[in-house]
Amino acid sequence: MLEQQDKLLDVQNLWVKFPTRSGVFDAVRGISFSLGKERLGIVGESGSGKSMTGRAILRLIRKPGIVSADRIMLHDKDLMTMSEREMRKVRGQRISMVMQDPKFSLNPVMTVGEQIMEAYAQHAKASKADVKRKALDMLEAVSIRDPERVFRAYPHEMSGGMGQRIMIAMMLIPNPEILIADEPTSALDVSVQTQVLSIMDRLVQERGMGLIFISHDLNLVSSFCDRVLIMYAGRIVETCRADKLHEARHPYTRGLLNSLPRLTEPRERLDVLKRDPAWREAQSVSGAS
Amino acid sequence: MSGLEISHLDVWFGSGHDRVDAVKDVSFRVDSGASFGLVGESGSGKSTILRALTGLVPNWSGEMLVAGEKLGKKRTAQFYKKVQMVFQDPYASLHPRHTVDQVLSETLYLHGFDAIDRRIVKLLDDVGLGPSFRFRYPHQLSGGQRQRVAIARALAPEPEILLLDEPTSALDVSVQAEILNLLVDLRMARKLTYVMVSHDLAVVGHMCERIAVMQLGEIVEIMSVADMRTMKTSHPYTKHLLESSLGYKRVESIG
Repeated sequence: MLEQQDKLLDVQNLWVKFPTRSGVFDAVRGISFSLGKERLGIVGESGSGKSMTGRAILRLIRKPGIVSADRIMLHDKDLMTMSEREMRKVRGQRISMVMQDPKFSLNPVMTVGEQIMEAYAQHAKASKADVKRKALDMLEAVSIRDPERVFRAYPHEMSGGMGQRIMIAMMLIPNPEILIADEPTSALDVSVQTQVLSIMDRLVQERGMGLIFISHDLNLVSSFCDRVLIMYAGRIVETCRADKLHEARHPYTRGLLNSLPRLTEPRERLDVLKRDPAWREAQSVSGAS
Repeated sequence: MSGLEISHLDVWFGSGHDRVDAVKDVSFRVDSGASFGLVGESGSGKSTILRALTGLVPNWSGEMLVAGEKLGKKRTAQFYKKVQMVFQDPYASLHPRHTVDQVLSETLYLHGFDAIDRRIVKLLDDVGLGPSFRFRYPHQLSGGQRQRVAIARALAPEPEILLLDEPTSALDVSVQAEILNLLVDLRMARKLTYVMVSHDLAVVGHMCERIAVMQLGEIVEIMSVADMRTMKTSHPYTKHLLESSLGYKRVESIG
Protein backbone atom coordinates (compact mmCIF):
# COMPACT_ATOMS: atom_id res chain seq x y z
CA MET A 1 0.00 0.00 0.00
CA LEU A 2 1.23 3.43 -0.89
CA GLU A 3 1.06 6.25 1.57
CA GLN A 4 -1.55 8.83 0.73
CA GLN A 5 1.02 11.47 -0.28
CA ASP A 6 2.77 9.12 -2.72
CA LYS A 7 -0.44 8.62 -4.63
CA LEU A 8 -0.47 10.85 -7.66
CA LEU A 9 -3.81 9.74 -8.95
CA ASP A 10 -6.71 7.88 -7.39
CA VAL A 11 -9.65 6.82 -9.53
CA GLN A 12 -12.84 5.44 -7.97
CA ASN A 13 -15.70 3.80 -9.87
CA LEU A 14 -15.04 5.26 -13.31
CA TRP A 15 -17.68 4.77 -16.01
CA VAL A 16 -17.65 5.83 -19.65
CA LYS A 17 -21.00 5.55 -21.42
CA PHE A 18 -22.15 6.18 -24.95
CA PRO A 19 -25.86 6.49 -25.63
CA THR A 20 -26.77 4.74 -28.90
CA ARG A 21 -29.99 4.02 -30.74
CA SER A 22 -30.14 0.61 -29.14
CA GLY A 23 -29.50 1.69 -25.56
CA VAL A 24 -26.50 2.86 -23.57
CA PHE A 25 -23.15 1.26 -24.40
CA ASP A 26 -20.78 1.07 -21.43
CA ALA A 27 -17.18 1.30 -22.66
CA VAL A 28 -15.71 1.43 -19.16
CA ARG A 29 -17.73 -0.14 -16.36
CA GLY A 30 -16.88 1.08 -12.89
CA ILE A 31 -13.14 0.61 -12.52
CA SER A 32 -10.97 1.82 -9.64
CA PHE A 33 -7.23 2.14 -9.55
CA SER A 34 -4.46 4.37 -8.30
CA LEU A 35 -1.12 5.51 -9.61
CA GLY A 36 2.06 6.30 -7.72
CA LYS A 37 5.48 7.22 -9.07
CA GLU A 38 5.55 4.09 -11.17
CA ARG A 39 5.03 2.71 -14.63
CA LEU A 40 1.51 1.34 -14.69
CA GLY A 41 0.56 -0.72 -17.74
CA ILE A 42 -3.01 -1.16 -18.95
CA VAL A 43 -3.42 -4.04 -21.38
CA GLY A 44 -6.38 -5.50 -23.20
CA GLU A 45 -7.73 -6.14 -26.66
CA SER A 46 -9.35 -3.57 -28.87
CA GLY A 47 -12.67 -2.56 -27.37
CA SER A 48 -11.66 -3.42 -23.81
CA GLY A 49 -11.87 0.22 -22.73
CA LYS A 50 -8.18 0.86 -22.12
CA SER A 51 -7.89 3.96 -24.32
CA MET A 52 -11.21 5.27 -23.02
CA THR A 53 -9.83 5.02 -19.49
CA GLY A 54 -6.84 7.18 -20.42
CA ARG A 55 -9.00 9.77 -22.12
CA ALA A 56 -11.60 9.82 -19.35
CA ILE A 57 -8.97 10.80 -16.77
CA LEU A 58 -8.33 13.98 -18.77
CA ARG A 59 -12.07 14.33 -19.44
CA LEU A 60 -11.39 14.13 -23.14
CA ILE A 61 -14.42 12.01 -24.03
CA ARG A 62 -16.37 13.82 -26.69
CA LYS A 63 -20.12 14.31 -26.44
CA PRO A 64 -22.48 12.46 -26.44
CA GLY A 65 -20.11 10.26 -24.41
CA ILE A 66 -20.57 10.52 -20.65
CA VAL A 67 -17.86 10.16 -18.01
CA SER A 68 -18.88 9.52 -14.45
CA ALA A 69 -16.87 8.58 -11.39
CA ASP A 70 -17.10 8.80 -7.63
CA ARG A 71 -13.82 10.64 -7.78
CA ILE A 72 -10.68 11.12 -9.86
CA MET A 73 -8.26 12.59 -7.35
CA LEU A 74 -5.10 14.28 -8.54
CA HIS A 75 -3.37 14.64 -5.17
CA ASP A 76 -6.13 16.33 -3.16
CA LYS A 77 -8.11 17.83 -6.04
CA ASP A 78 -11.05 16.04 -7.66
CA LEU A 79 -10.90 16.33 -11.45
CA MET A 80 -14.58 15.43 -11.71
CA THR A 81 -15.69 18.60 -9.94
CA MET A 82 -13.39 20.95 -11.84
CA SER A 83 -14.71 23.45 -14.35
CA GLU A 84 -13.61 23.19 -17.97
CA ARG A 85 -11.39 26.23 -17.37
CA GLU A 86 -9.62 24.58 -14.44
CA MET A 87 -9.29 21.34 -16.44
CA ARG A 88 -7.38 23.21 -19.11
CA LYS A 89 -4.71 24.01 -16.52
CA VAL A 90 -4.42 20.33 -15.66
CA ARG A 91 -4.16 19.08 -19.23
CA GLY A 92 -0.63 19.27 -20.47
CA GLN A 93 0.71 20.97 -17.38
CA ARG A 94 0.04 18.34 -14.73
CA ILE A 95 -1.19 15.38 -16.74
CA SER A 96 -0.24 15.02 -20.38
CA MET A 97 -0.90 12.42 -23.00
CA VAL A 98 1.09 10.89 -25.86
CA MET A 99 -1.08 9.50 -28.65
CA GLN A 100 -0.56 6.50 -30.86
CA ASP A 101 0.19 8.02 -34.23
CA PRO A 102 2.27 11.18 -34.66
CA LYS A 103 0.87 11.56 -38.18
CA PHE A 104 -2.53 12.48 -36.81
CA SER A 105 -1.53 14.22 -33.63
CA LEU A 106 0.93 16.87 -34.79
CA ASN A 107 -0.24 20.00 -36.57
CA PRO A 108 0.81 19.57 -40.22
CA VAL A 109 0.99 23.29 -40.99
CA MET A 110 3.14 24.37 -38.06
CA THR A 111 6.84 23.77 -37.70
CA VAL A 112 7.97 21.37 -35.01
CA GLY A 113 9.64 24.20 -33.11
CA GLU A 114 6.53 26.40 -33.04
CA GLN A 115 4.45 23.52 -31.74
CA ILE A 116 6.82 22.71 -28.93
CA MET A 117 7.18 26.36 -28.01
CA GLU A 118 3.42 26.72 -27.97
CA ALA A 119 3.10 23.76 -25.60
CA TYR A 120 5.51 25.44 -23.20
CA ALA A 121 4.28 29.02 -23.53
CA GLN A 122 0.73 27.87 -22.69
CA HIS A 123 1.77 27.14 -19.16
CA ALA A 124 4.87 29.15 -18.37
CA LYS A 125 5.68 32.82 -18.54
CA ALA A 126 9.07 33.26 -20.14
CA SER A 127 10.74 35.32 -22.82
CA LYS A 128 10.68 34.04 -26.36
CA ALA A 129 14.40 33.36 -26.35
CA ASP A 130 14.08 31.30 -23.16
CA VAL A 131 11.19 29.31 -24.60
CA LYS A 132 13.19 28.56 -27.70
CA ARG A 133 16.21 27.42 -25.74
CA LYS A 134 14.00 25.22 -23.61
CA ALA A 135 12.44 23.69 -26.75
CA LEU A 136 15.84 22.92 -28.24
CA ASP A 137 17.00 21.38 -24.95
CA MET A 138 13.92 19.19 -24.91
CA LEU A 139 14.52 17.99 -28.47
CA GLU A 140 18.02 17.08 -27.41
CA ALA A 141 16.66 15.26 -24.36
CA VAL A 142 14.62 12.96 -26.61
CA SER A 143 17.81 12.07 -28.53
CA ILE A 144 17.20 14.11 -31.67
CA ARG A 145 20.58 14.53 -33.27
CA ASP A 146 20.20 17.86 -35.03
CA PRO A 147 17.71 19.85 -32.90
CA GLU A 148 18.20 23.12 -34.85
CA ARG A 149 17.20 21.50 -38.13
CA VAL A 150 14.27 19.58 -36.66
CA PHE A 151 13.10 22.76 -34.93
CA ARG A 152 12.57 24.42 -38.30
CA ALA A 153 11.10 21.34 -40.03
CA TYR A 154 7.46 20.42 -40.61
CA PRO A 155 5.97 17.16 -39.29
CA HIS A 156 5.74 15.53 -42.75
CA GLU A 157 9.51 15.81 -43.07
CA MET A 158 9.97 13.58 -40.03
CA SER A 159 9.97 9.79 -39.82
CA GLY A 160 7.50 8.00 -37.56
CA GLY A 161 10.03 7.47 -34.80
CA MET A 162 11.11 11.10 -34.87
CA GLY A 163 7.49 12.27 -34.88
CA GLN A 164 6.83 10.17 -31.81
CA ARG A 165 9.87 11.61 -30.04
CA ILE A 166 8.79 15.15 -30.94
CA MET A 167 5.41 14.42 -29.43
CA ILE A 168 7.05 13.13 -26.26
CA ALA A 169 9.20 16.28 -26.13
CA MET A 170 6.08 18.41 -26.47
CA MET A 171 4.27 16.53 -23.75
CA LEU A 172 7.17 16.63 -21.32
CA ILE A 173 8.21 20.24 -21.73
CA PRO A 174 5.67 21.61 -19.18
CA ASN A 175 7.09 19.01 -16.75
CA PRO A 176 3.86 17.14 -15.92
CA GLU A 177 3.49 14.85 -12.93
CA ILE A 178 1.66 12.19 -14.88
CA LEU A 179 2.15 11.01 -18.44
CA ILE A 180 -0.51 8.93 -20.15
CA ALA A 181 0.91 7.12 -23.18
CA ASP A 182 -1.68 5.47 -25.43
CA GLU A 183 0.04 2.86 -27.60
CA PRO A 184 3.03 5.19 -28.03
CA THR A 185 5.12 2.68 -29.95
CA SER A 186 2.60 0.55 -31.87
CA ALA A 187 3.20 2.41 -35.12
CA LEU A 188 6.98 2.06 -34.87
CA ASP A 189 9.53 -0.52 -35.94
CA VAL A 190 11.03 -2.67 -33.21
CA SER A 191 14.42 -0.98 -33.07
CA VAL A 192 12.91 2.52 -32.99
CA GLN A 193 10.44 1.26 -30.42
CA THR A 194 13.26 0.32 -28.07
CA GLN A 195 14.79 3.77 -28.50
CA VAL A 196 11.54 5.63 -27.77
CA LEU A 197 10.84 3.44 -24.74
CA SER A 198 14.26 4.00 -23.24
CA ILE A 199 13.81 7.76 -23.63
CA MET A 200 10.47 7.60 -21.84
CA ASP A 201 11.89 5.32 -19.21
CA ARG A 202 14.79 7.67 -18.51
CA LEU A 203 12.63 10.79 -18.34
CA VAL A 204 10.10 9.12 -16.05
CA GLN A 205 12.87 8.07 -13.68
CA GLU A 206 14.76 11.35 -13.72
CA ARG A 207 11.67 13.44 -13.11
CA GLY A 208 9.83 11.08 -10.77
CA MET A 209 6.75 11.02 -12.93
CA GLY A 210 3.88 8.58 -12.89
CA LEU A 211 3.34 6.83 -16.21
CA ILE A 212 0.19 5.13 -17.48
CA PHE A 213 1.23 2.96 -20.40
CA ILE A 214 -1.67 1.71 -22.51
CA SER A 215 -0.83 -1.14 -24.87
CA HIS A 216 -2.09 -4.35 -26.42
CA ASP A 217 1.40 -5.84 -26.41
CA LEU A 218 1.70 -8.15 -23.41
CA ASN A 219 5.39 -8.87 -23.80
CA LEU A 220 6.26 -5.22 -24.02
CA VAL A 221 4.20 -4.24 -20.99
CA SER A 222 5.58 -7.06 -18.92
CA SER A 223 9.16 -6.03 -19.69
CA PHE A 224 8.64 -2.26 -19.49
CA CYS A 225 6.19 -1.56 -16.66
CA ASP A 226 6.16 -2.06 -12.89
CA ARG A 227 2.53 -3.03 -12.47
CA VAL A 228 -0.19 -4.12 -14.90
CA LEU A 229 -3.97 -3.87 -15.03
CA ILE A 230 -5.62 -6.31 -17.44
CA MET A 231 -8.89 -5.04 -18.87
CA TYR A 232 -11.71 -6.99 -20.45
CA ALA A 233 -15.06 -5.60 -21.60
CA GLY A 234 -14.64 -2.35 -19.66
CA ARG A 235 -13.56 -3.92 -16.39
CA ILE A 236 -10.28 -4.78 -14.72
CA VAL A 237 -10.14 -8.57 -14.54
CA GLU A 238 -6.73 -8.88 -12.96
CA THR A 239 -3.85 -6.85 -11.65
CA CYS A 240 -0.32 -8.02 -10.99
CA ARG A 241 3.34 -7.08 -10.96
CA ALA A 242 4.53 -6.66 -14.52
CA ASP A 243 7.40 -9.11 -14.22
CA LYS A 244 4.97 -11.70 -12.84
CA LEU A 245 2.56 -11.27 -15.76
CA HIS A 246 3.52 -14.68 -17.11
CA GLU A 247 2.25 -16.24 -13.91
CA ALA A 248 -1.13 -14.50 -14.22
CA ARG A 249 -4.09 -16.51 -12.99
CA HIS A 250 -7.18 -15.20 -14.70
CA PRO A 251 -8.29 -17.43 -17.61
CA TYR A 252 -8.55 -14.40 -19.89
CA THR A 253 -4.96 -13.29 -19.23
CA ARG A 254 -3.78 -16.88 -19.56
CA GLY A 255 -5.70 -17.21 -22.81
CA LEU A 256 -4.09 -14.09 -24.23
CA LEU A 257 -0.62 -15.22 -23.22
CA ASN A 258 -1.13 -18.67 -24.71
CA SER A 259 -2.40 -17.32 -27.99
CA LEU A 260 0.93 -15.56 -28.62
CA PRO A 261 3.39 -17.37 -30.85
CA ARG A 262 6.80 -17.55 -29.16
CA LEU A 263 10.14 -17.66 -30.83
CA THR A 264 11.73 -19.73 -28.10
CA GLU A 265 8.94 -22.29 -27.65
CA PRO A 266 7.71 -23.64 -30.97
CA ARG A 267 4.24 -25.17 -31.02
CA GLU A 268 2.20 -26.93 -33.67
CA ARG A 269 -0.94 -24.95 -32.99
CA LEU A 270 -1.67 -21.80 -31.07
CA ASP A 271 -4.27 -21.89 -28.33
CA VAL A 272 -7.44 -20.09 -29.22
CA LEU A 273 -9.05 -17.95 -26.56
CA LYS A 274 -12.41 -19.29 -25.44
CA ARG A 275 -14.41 -16.44 -24.01
CA ASP A 276 -16.45 -17.17 -20.94
CA PRO A 277 -19.56 -14.97 -20.61
CA ALA A 278 -18.93 -14.94 -16.87
CA TRP A 279 -15.84 -12.73 -17.38
CA ARG A 280 -18.06 -9.92 -18.57
CA GLU A 281 -20.25 -10.14 -15.50
CA ALA A 282 -17.55 -10.56 -12.86
CA GLN A 283 -16.93 -7.56 -10.64
CA SER A 284 -14.01 -5.30 -11.45
CA VAL A 285 -10.82 -5.94 -9.48
CA SER A 286 -9.38 -2.95 -7.64
CA GLY A 287 -6.22 -1.62 -9.23
CA ALA A 288 -5.06 0.27 -6.16
CA SER A 289 -1.34 0.00 -5.57
CA MET B 1 6.78 -28.80 -59.30
CA SER B 2 5.44 -25.38 -58.59
CA GLY B 3 8.13 -23.70 -56.61
CA LEU B 4 9.18 -20.12 -56.83
CA GLU B 5 12.56 -18.76 -57.76
CA ILE B 6 13.76 -15.20 -57.74
CA SER B 7 17.22 -14.21 -58.87
CA HIS B 8 18.91 -10.82 -58.90
CA LEU B 9 15.68 -8.92 -58.50
CA ASP B 10 15.92 -5.13 -58.46
CA VAL B 11 12.89 -2.89 -57.98
CA TRP B 12 13.03 0.88 -58.16
CA PHE B 13 10.63 3.79 -58.10
CA GLY B 14 11.11 7.15 -59.80
CA SER B 15 14.05 8.11 -61.97
CA GLY B 16 17.09 10.36 -61.96
CA HIS B 17 17.57 12.17 -58.67
CA ASP B 18 14.34 10.84 -57.23
CA ARG B 19 15.15 7.23 -57.92
CA VAL B 20 14.64 5.00 -54.92
CA ASP B 21 15.98 1.48 -55.04
CA ALA B 22 13.45 -0.43 -52.99
CA VAL B 23 14.80 -3.92 -53.64
CA LYS B 24 18.44 -4.58 -54.46
CA ASP B 25 19.79 -7.78 -55.96
CA VAL B 26 17.50 -10.15 -54.10
CA SER B 27 17.68 -13.89 -54.80
CA PHE B 28 15.91 -16.78 -53.10
CA ARG B 29 14.01 -19.91 -53.92
CA VAL B 30 11.00 -21.49 -52.31
CA ASP B 31 10.35 -25.17 -52.97
CA SER B 32 6.89 -26.43 -53.69
CA GLY B 33 4.97 -26.92 -50.46
CA ALA B 34 7.47 -24.93 -48.38
CA SER B 35 6.79 -21.90 -46.27
CA PHE B 36 9.15 -18.97 -46.62
CA GLY B 37 9.22 -15.84 -44.47
CA LEU B 38 10.45 -12.34 -45.20
CA VAL B 39 11.12 -10.14 -42.18
CA GLY B 40 12.44 -6.63 -41.82
CA GLU B 41 11.44 -3.17 -40.71
CA SER B 42 9.21 -0.82 -42.64
CA GLY B 43 10.84 0.32 -45.83
CA SER B 44 13.10 -2.73 -46.07
CA GLY B 45 11.41 -3.83 -49.30
CA LYS B 46 9.73 -7.01 -48.08
CA SER B 47 6.24 -6.14 -49.32
CA THR B 48 7.68 -4.76 -52.56
CA ILE B 49 8.98 -8.23 -53.44
CA LEU B 50 5.45 -9.62 -53.20
CA ARG B 51 4.12 -6.72 -55.25
CA ALA B 52 6.79 -7.34 -57.91
CA LEU B 53 5.80 -10.99 -58.07
CA THR B 54 2.14 -10.17 -58.61
CA GLY B 55 2.94 -7.54 -61.23
CA LEU B 56 2.00 -4.53 -59.14
CA VAL B 57 5.24 -2.57 -59.61
CA PRO B 58 6.15 -1.04 -62.96
CA ASN B 59 9.96 -1.09 -62.81
CA TRP B 60 11.93 -4.19 -62.07
CA SER B 61 14.77 -6.23 -63.49
CA GLY B 62 16.10 -9.67 -62.79
CA GLU B 63 14.44 -13.04 -63.13
CA MET B 64 11.35 -14.46 -61.48
CA LEU B 65 10.26 -18.02 -62.07
CA VAL B 66 6.97 -19.46 -60.91
CA ALA B 67 6.57 -23.20 -61.45
CA GLY B 68 9.45 -23.10 -63.90
CA GLU B 69 7.83 -20.39 -66.00
CA LYS B 70 9.59 -17.09 -66.45
CA LEU B 71 7.52 -14.03 -65.64
CA GLY B 72 7.38 -11.23 -68.19
CA LYS B 73 6.08 -7.68 -67.91
CA LYS B 74 2.43 -8.75 -67.89
CA ARG B 75 0.79 -11.44 -65.75
CA THR B 76 -1.60 -13.87 -67.40
CA ALA B 77 -4.89 -15.15 -66.00
CA GLN B 78 -3.08 -18.47 -65.72
CA PHE B 79 -0.61 -16.84 -63.32
CA TYR B 80 -3.33 -15.49 -61.03
CA LYS B 81 -4.90 -18.92 -60.93
CA LYS B 82 -1.65 -20.23 -59.53
CA VAL B 83 -0.60 -17.34 -57.27
CA GLN B 84 -2.90 -15.40 -54.96
CA MET B 85 -2.32 -12.80 -52.28
CA VAL B 86 -3.81 -11.93 -48.88
CA PHE B 87 -3.36 -8.30 -47.89
CA GLN B 88 -2.54 -6.70 -44.58
CA ASP B 89 -5.60 -4.68 -43.79
CA PRO B 90 -8.92 -6.52 -44.08
CA TYR B 91 -10.70 -3.21 -43.55
CA ALA B 92 -9.23 -1.78 -46.74
CA SER B 93 -8.94 -4.83 -48.98
CA LEU B 94 -12.64 -5.75 -49.20
CA HIS B 95 -15.10 -3.71 -51.26
CA PRO B 96 -17.41 -2.02 -48.74
CA ARG B 97 -20.49 -2.34 -50.95
CA HIS B 98 -20.02 -5.92 -52.09
CA THR B 99 -21.40 -8.79 -50.05
CA VAL B 100 -19.21 -11.79 -49.26
CA ASP B 101 -21.18 -13.65 -51.91
CA GLN B 102 -20.36 -11.02 -54.58
CA VAL B 103 -16.66 -10.95 -53.64
CA LEU B 104 -16.33 -14.72 -53.99
CA SER B 105 -18.61 -15.27 -56.99
CA GLU B 106 -16.87 -12.56 -59.00
CA THR B 107 -13.48 -14.18 -58.42
CA LEU B 108 -14.85 -17.60 -59.32
CA TYR B 109 -16.62 -16.26 -62.41
CA LEU B 110 -13.49 -14.44 -63.64
CA HIS B 111 -11.50 -17.63 -63.36
CA GLY B 112 -14.09 -19.53 -65.36
CA PHE B 113 -15.36 -21.91 -62.70
CA ASP B 114 -18.69 -23.69 -62.89
CA ALA B 115 -20.93 -24.65 -59.96
CA ILE B 116 -20.22 -21.29 -58.34
CA ASP B 117 -22.98 -21.67 -55.80
CA ARG B 118 -21.62 -24.93 -54.43
CA ARG B 119 -18.05 -23.64 -54.41
CA ILE B 120 -18.95 -20.58 -52.34
CA VAL B 121 -20.55 -22.73 -49.66
CA LYS B 122 -17.45 -24.93 -49.64
CA LEU B 123 -15.05 -21.97 -49.45
CA LEU B 124 -16.90 -20.37 -46.55
CA ASP B 125 -16.87 -23.69 -44.77
CA ASP B 126 -13.13 -24.13 -45.41
CA VAL B 127 -12.25 -20.82 -43.76
CA GLY B 128 -14.48 -21.49 -40.78
CA LEU B 129 -17.34 -19.17 -41.64
CA GLY B 130 -20.81 -20.68 -41.85
CA PRO B 131 -23.28 -20.12 -44.70
CA SER B 132 -24.92 -17.41 -42.60
CA PHE B 133 -22.06 -15.08 -43.52
CA ARG B 134 -22.67 -15.39 -47.24
CA PHE B 135 -24.86 -12.35 -47.74
CA ARG B 136 -23.20 -10.00 -45.30
CA TYR B 137 -21.37 -6.79 -46.10
CA PRO B 138 -17.86 -6.20 -44.73
CA HIS B 139 -19.10 -3.72 -42.11
CA GLN B 140 -21.19 -6.51 -40.62
CA LEU B 141 -18.05 -8.57 -39.97
CA SER B 142 -15.32 -8.34 -37.33
CA GLY B 143 -11.67 -7.92 -38.30
CA GLY B 144 -10.95 -11.63 -37.99
CA GLN B 145 -14.02 -12.56 -40.03
CA ARG B 146 -13.02 -10.11 -42.75
CA GLN B 147 -9.58 -11.65 -42.94
CA ARG B 148 -11.22 -15.07 -43.30
CA VAL B 149 -13.21 -13.71 -46.25
CA ALA B 150 -10.00 -12.31 -47.77
CA ILE B 151 -8.41 -15.76 -47.38
CA ALA B 152 -11.46 -17.42 -48.95
CA ARG B 153 -11.20 -15.05 -51.91
CA ALA B 154 -7.52 -15.89 -52.32
CA LEU B 155 -8.33 -19.62 -52.19
CA ALA B 156 -11.19 -19.35 -54.70
CA PRO B 157 -9.10 -19.93 -57.87
CA GLU B 158 -7.48 -22.93 -56.14
CA PRO B 159 -3.96 -21.47 -56.17
CA GLU B 160 -0.78 -23.35 -55.39
CA ILE B 161 1.11 -20.39 -53.99
CA LEU B 162 -0.26 -17.96 -51.43
CA LEU B 163 1.47 -14.65 -50.81
CA LEU B 164 0.69 -13.36 -47.32
CA ASP B 165 1.43 -9.69 -46.66
CA GLU B 166 1.25 -9.16 -42.87
CA PRO B 167 -2.03 -11.08 -42.69
CA THR B 168 -2.51 -10.64 -38.93
CA SER B 169 -0.84 -7.36 -38.00
CA ALA B 170 -4.18 -5.49 -37.86
CA LEU B 171 -5.75 -8.08 -35.55
CA ASP B 172 -5.83 -8.71 -31.80
CA VAL B 173 -3.58 -11.50 -30.54
CA SER B 174 -6.44 -13.90 -29.79
CA VAL B 175 -7.82 -13.41 -33.32
CA GLN B 176 -4.32 -13.64 -34.74
CA ALA B 177 -4.02 -17.12 -33.21
CA GLU B 178 -7.23 -18.22 -34.95
CA ILE B 179 -6.10 -16.94 -38.35
CA LEU B 180 -2.59 -18.42 -38.03
CA ASN B 181 -4.11 -21.79 -37.10
CA LEU B 182 -6.42 -21.57 -40.10
CA LEU B 183 -3.48 -20.82 -42.40
CA VAL B 184 -1.51 -23.78 -41.01
CA ASP B 185 -4.52 -26.10 -41.55
CA LEU B 186 -5.17 -24.86 -45.07
CA ARG B 187 -1.56 -25.35 -46.03
CA MET B 188 -1.68 -28.94 -44.79
CA ALA B 189 -4.99 -29.70 -46.49
CA ARG B 190 -4.23 -28.09 -49.84
CA LYS B 191 -0.43 -28.56 -50.01
CA LEU B 192 0.03 -24.83 -50.45
CA THR B 193 3.28 -22.93 -50.78
CA TYR B 194 3.47 -19.82 -48.59
CA VAL B 195 5.56 -16.69 -48.87
CA MET B 196 4.83 -14.64 -45.79
CA VAL B 197 5.87 -11.09 -45.03
CA SER B 198 5.82 -9.87 -41.45
CA HIS B 199 7.60 -7.57 -39.07
CA ASP B 200 6.78 -9.92 -36.20
CA LEU B 201 9.54 -12.49 -35.84
CA ALA B 202 7.49 -14.70 -33.56
CA VAL B 203 4.71 -14.97 -36.15
CA VAL B 204 7.13 -15.78 -38.96
CA GLY B 205 8.92 -18.25 -36.70
CA HIS B 206 5.63 -19.99 -36.05
CA MET B 207 4.62 -20.20 -39.70
CA CYS B 208 7.77 -20.59 -41.78
CA GLU B 209 10.64 -23.02 -42.17
CA ARG B 210 13.09 -20.66 -43.78
CA ILE B 211 13.36 -16.95 -43.14
CA ALA B 212 15.06 -14.14 -45.02
CA VAL B 213 16.01 -11.03 -43.04
CA MET B 214 15.87 -7.83 -45.04
CA GLN B 215 17.42 -4.44 -44.45
CA LEU B 216 17.32 -1.43 -46.78
CA GLY B 217 16.20 -3.47 -49.77
CA GLU B 218 18.72 -6.25 -49.43
CA ILE B 219 18.52 -9.71 -47.95
CA VAL B 220 21.19 -9.73 -45.27
CA GLU B 221 20.70 -13.33 -44.24
CA ILE B 222 18.60 -16.41 -45.04
CA MET B 223 18.30 -18.77 -42.10
CA SER B 224 16.33 -21.77 -40.92
CA VAL B 225 13.76 -21.31 -38.20
CA ALA B 226 15.82 -23.56 -35.90
CA ASP B 227 18.79 -21.22 -36.21
CA MET B 228 16.56 -18.25 -35.54
CA ARG B 229 15.15 -19.82 -32.38
CA THR B 230 18.60 -20.49 -30.98
CA MET B 231 19.83 -17.04 -32.08
CA LYS B 232 22.44 -18.64 -34.29
CA THR B 233 23.02 -15.74 -36.58
CA SER B 234 26.04 -14.41 -38.38
CA HIS B 235 24.70 -10.96 -39.09
CA PRO B 236 24.62 -8.17 -36.49
CA TYR B 237 21.36 -6.74 -37.85
CA THR B 238 19.53 -10.06 -37.41
CA LYS B 239 20.84 -10.29 -33.89
CA HIS B 240 19.61 -6.77 -33.19
CA LEU B 241 16.14 -7.59 -34.55
CA LEU B 242 15.92 -10.80 -32.56
CA GLU B 243 16.93 -9.06 -29.35
CA SER B 244 14.47 -6.21 -29.80
CA SER B 245 11.65 -8.65 -30.46
CA LEU B 246 12.12 -10.29 -27.08
CA GLY B 247 10.85 -7.23 -25.22
CA TYR B 248 12.24 -4.14 -23.57
CA LYS B 249 15.53 -4.37 -21.74
CA ARG B 250 15.86 -1.82 -19.01
CA VAL B 251 18.94 0.32 -18.86
CA GLU B 252 20.19 0.23 -15.26
CA SER B 253 18.30 2.79 -13.22
CA ILE B 254 19.92 6.11 -12.51
CA GLY B 255 21.09 6.94 -9.01
